[in-house]
Amino acid sequence: MKCLVTGGNVKVLGKAVHSLSRIGDELYLEPLEDGLSLRTVNSSRSAYACFLFAPLFFQQYQAATPGQDLLRCKILMKSFLSVFRSLAVLEKTVEKCCISLNGRSSRLVVQLHCKYGEQAPGQLRGYPGAREAGKPAETLSAHAGVRKTHNLSFQDCESLQAVFDPSSCPHVLRAPARILGEAILPFPPTLAEVTLGIGRGHRVILRSYQEEEADSTVKAMVTEMSIGEEDFQQLQAPVGVAITFCLKEFRGLLSFAESAHLPLSIHFDAPGRPAIFIIEDSLLDGHFVLATLSEADLHSQDMGPSELHRPVPPLQAPSTPHVDDFVNDDIDSYMIAMETTVGSEGPRALPSISLSPGPCSEEEDEAEPSTVPGTPPPKKFRSLFFGSILAPVHSPQGPSPVLAADSDGEG
Amino acid sequence: MKFRAKIINKGFVELFIQVSVTIAKLTKVCVLRVCQDKLCFGPTGPRATREARLWCEVSRGAFYQFNMEGVSEELNEIYLELTSEHLSRAVRNAGNAASLKLQLTNKRRPCLTVAVELASRTGHTHLMVHDLPVRVLPRRWWKEYPEPNVQVSDVSVYLPGLRTLKSIVERMANMGENVLVEANLNGKMNLSVETDVVSIKTYFKNLGNPPKSALSVTQDRDPESMVQVWVENRKLLQFFEGQQINPTMTLCNILSNTLLHLVLVHEDVSLQYFIPAL
Repeated sequence: MKCLVTGGNVKVLGKAVHSLSRIGDELYLEPLEDGLSLRTVNSSRSAYACFLFAPLFFQQYQAATPGQDLLRCKILMKSFLSVFRSLAVLEKTVEKCCISLNGRSSRLVVQLHCKYGEQAPGQLRGYPGAREAGKPAETLSAHAGVRKTHNLSFQDCESLQAVFDPSSCPHVLRAPARILGEAILPFPPTLAEVTLGIGRGHRVILRSYQEEEADSTVKAMVTEMSIGEEDFQQLQAPVGVAITFCLKEFRGLLSFAESAHLPLSIHFDAPGRPAIFIIEDSLLDGHFVLATLSEADLHSQDMGPSELHRPVPPLQAPSTPHVDDFVNDDIDSYMIAMETTVGSEGPRALPSISLSPGPCSEEEDEAEPSTVPGTPPPKKFRSLFFGSILAPVHSPQGPSPVLAADSDGEG
Repeated sequence: MKFRAKIINKGFVELFIQVSVTIAKLTKVCVLRVCQDKLCFGPTGPRATREARLWCEVSRGAFYQFNMEGVSEELNEIYLELTSEHLSRAVRNAGNAASLKLQLTNKRRPCLTVAVELASRTGHTHLMVHDLPVRVLPRRWWKEYPEPNVQVSDVSVYLPGLRTLKSIVERMANMGENVLVEANLNGKMNLSVETDVVSIKTYFKNLGNPPKSALSVTQDRDPESMVQVWVENRKLLQFFEGQQINPTMTLCNILSNTLLHLVLVHEDVSLQYFIPAL
């Protein structure tokens, strides 16, 4: 396999790798006839991500040397990410990136052709401007510059495939990445999970999800963002549906979509079924599949007023801008209850509200530690259904792909 | 018990954000006292005399709507204890809000709900709602959180520019732990720090003094004589670094060797900081 990425696409590739690095520790690189696919899965198998770069994304793309089988490999995410570590540097100095995979040497070679500083000989003044205008870089100084070669060791592997089908999801919404970026702005970076649902008036609601013990004295703040349906390019979901997924993993794809100015579509089903996040344009597409909390997990959390107990917790839109409601105003009953139960304790005896340590650390205290920081504890999310053997569509040669859960024996 | 208030003026929204961020920087947990005509933010916990204390008031005039019903008719107030950082986080992104609403709600437990109407770039409205968990303090504890009484002071002087003061206090903090603050009735104020090897003194003049009626009985004091108080530099620095308000008036009152009392005022907001002497 040999491919050449040039110009602004180098940064796009780098950004994709950054997004994938938020999900898993190993990168599965598979050149297909359709294009180059980069995939990863998290350690608890509750998140899968895949970017497919079409042949047109590259200046040159050769999936396999003629007469040879299509190769695929698995490399440490950390190693591959280190090549694209600084996106700013990539943008400023890297002109070309050449990735080649040779079956004989067991090395994945990534070669970056860089400009030598800002004043490489033979360049016009104002060169960066010229590049942005779309003029080819190579005509100017093709020979000066620095070449950085990374030799990354890889392992042979089976193809990583997740079973998912966006068209089987009854609900879908699509919006420019920027809108979704604005929607998650108020959530702190430490927030692990978020609930997405449709509230009254078809407003799309994102709410911070907190796991709380009933008798916990530490109370966390709940934040909710509500966006009108007019901001969505597509909204096909009834009022009341909601899913809860890992925000940190979602941020990975969202930041890529924002930088690429692409719309992001979310296909989802009932709680517990995986949600599929898709971005696509003519040169690439990205699919992130995240597990969602099932109903059993959600039972402890009521989304609406406590009088309503429905199996799928209803999401009620907060008071719309035009309607003022006093519905939740009256807390006299609470007050009375408090004064009688507290008894004779003096004020000094009762501790003040301690600072909430934040949902992330709460989870870490109560669940088994997950190997990937920021991933929800494995037991809470059902694994994505990697169970069946998928008949290969894209890789005709090679052994029939065994799914990640069964493959490699590495666990 | 009900409380509902709404701000629609962009300037007041900005001011409320500044107040919230300031409070979060100066005290971890605060007590919000909802009165008929104002909101008061004060510290919580047992009163340790060595600690610096904050008192911030936002008058009803800042709000477009302000409705409250206290615990009872005679005690027409509500005392809420909340985590200051929650409030600052809730309003931090409200910069261009069309409106900011505060409401006491009961969502499985008492909450102070902060609802912010944001206009997105598309022109449509995004609604951001935060539920801050609060503890409603029962009446019999109210006496633990009194409004600080206006102390009589020996001298009162307007402060120089806060940015200047802050940079001077920052540099002094590097030198010594304690700083001497002194002022007189002729509009002069000095800050000094002293160590074994070096002493640094900053002289401010022509600051002006607030009207004499605000002061205490010691009218026969020689206007040139300095009233002094030694305070911990750290506490003074925390105040200058924490406060975010752009005040229209700032002054300090000194009670000789007892208390340094800093006052900032901006429109409907007043912020006071009491630093006890060493």
